[in-house]
Amino acid sequence: MSFVLGLKCRECGRLYPKEVINVCEYCFGSIEVDYDYDAIQRTLSRAAFASRPKSLWRYRELLPIEGEPTAGLSSGFTPFFRAERLADTLGVSELYIKDDSVSHPTLSFKDRVVSVALTRAKELGFDTVACASTGNLANAVSSHAARAGLKCYVFIPADLEIGKVVASLIYRPTVVAVEGTYDDVNRLCAELSAKYPWAFVNVNIRPYYAEGSKTYGFEIAEQLGWRAPAHIVIPAASGSLITKIAKAFKELHRIGLLAEPQAKLYAAQAAGCGPIAAAIRERSDIVKPVKPNTIAKSLAIGNPADGYYATKAVLESGGWAEAVSDDEIVEGMKLLAETEGVFTETAGGVTLAAAKKLIEQGVIPRDESIVLCITGNGLKTQEPLVNRLGQAVRIKPSIASFESSLAGQLAGATTKR
Amino acid sequence: MAVTVRIPTPLQRLTNGQGEVACDGKTVAELLGDLERRYPGIKERICDQQGKLRRFVNVFVNEEDIRFLQGDQTAVKDGDDVSIIPAIAGGAWPVRPISDTLRVFGCQKSDVSSQMYSDR
Repeated sequence: MSFVLGLKCRECGRLYPKEVINVCEYCFGSIEVDYDYDAIQRTLSRAAFASRPKSLWRYRELLPIEGEPTAGLSSGFTPFFRAERLADTLGVSELYIKDDSVSHPTLSFKDRVVSVALTRAKELGFDTVACASTGNLANAVSSHAARAGLKCYVFIPADLEIGKVVASLIYRPTVVAVEGTYDDVNRLCAELSAKYPWAFVNVNIRPYYAEGSKTYGFEIAEQLGWRAPAHIVIPAASGSLITKIAKAFKELHRIGLLAEPQAKLYAAQAAGCGPIAAAIRERSDIVKPVKPNTIAKSLAIGNPADGYYATKAVLESGGWAEAVSDDEIVEGMKLLAETEGVFTETAGGVTLAAAKKLIEQGVIPRDESIVLCITGNGLKTQEPLVNRLGQAVRIKPSIASFESSLAGQLAGATTKR
Repeated sequence: MAVTVRIPTPLQRLTNGQGEVACDGKTVAELLGDLERRYPGIKERICDQQGKLRRFVNVFVNEEDIRFLQGDQTAVKDGDDVSIIPAIAGGAWPVRPISDTLRVFGCQKSDVSSQMYSDR
């Protein structure tokens, strides 16, 4: 049972069948999935969700597949929790973390998009999947392809963090390390996708793939008790997640599950690669490409595919953007770990650091609900933390060695008896 | 000798199905003018009414985005490779499973497979 009507150009509105199309052949505009929202509204109620599995597929009616889901059956529905200690530190009253750093199985929000993309790729008859990736997507495509028994090629920039390379290689795909930036990888995949009959999840089946990101927004609304937060800070690479969170809230409202959402969206980027943040701050609809130079490699997209739409979504919501330095990113990672016990990757550091600046500037008010989007896991990006954390205290296995090595710290400690 | 221009699939209907064509010109702008002379109607698909590249089209000269060079005034010379690529997702054009392609276009396998999968 599917509620997908077809595909539609976001620019000129031309309609296309639900096939492998990712760009309007007339105006080159972006292609989007079009649903029969009236029919969905008749089917879905808040009560229906009580008995559904705790995975991203609980929102199946709003996802672009025809049959039953065949990938990512345990993905999604990640933790959402109130961050009291971090709120105290930042001086705000109501702060939440949506934590995809523990997404099953590859520890980033890319499990969502890939679950949808691979289910759809199989429906379309592909036996090989591929992607252009800054790391997390390659991990997710490799893992889900292994489980689905699909052939797999992942293309990454050659200078990725070792954790992200290993976390693809373990599933035994073909990993292609391209000498260049992500933008070079992406352009290459665009050209390869015209030559090889493969499903490049974020290129030629992107309209389906990108819909998976909506589930991150659906979950925030549901886990917040069927309401949208007042403010939501979102990391931006291609800009797709921002546009899909906006779409998620709009869809829930359209089918009657959510009051009209007033959420203001904020784009978080690294100063060394902030084309979307720059466009937002100039209130311009022209996203100028940049050459990335940042430790936040998962966000290092200089020519973002959805930059234009992300910029529009943020400005229309009344939100804003902030770009942060490499030092601020590391401080953000440490602050989240020290206050909330969550070890996020550099992108999460970007989100937290940007939120902190926006709060300090008074752009985000201190007394309204705020959600921080944590989308990846710190175990994959350990390099920037080398020499920036405390060190383990090395001792002999004796009480004497312990006490002499930690003499300073133990000065005020009490002992038993 | 001339400049090789790679044509995205949606525009190949205007180039008689060719994925690569040869054009002449000293700049990208001149190249697009020559492309239009050879394949009338193609330029309006790539450029807006003011003659500027459309928002969702990217042009690369020897793998470099011309927005990092001199835009449409970027110099080109014989032997250069120029790619015209839809901007969305670096956006390529469809590779469909052949069965779907046949259904959508209602044509024979030999007609489409050479075009869809031809070596570019």
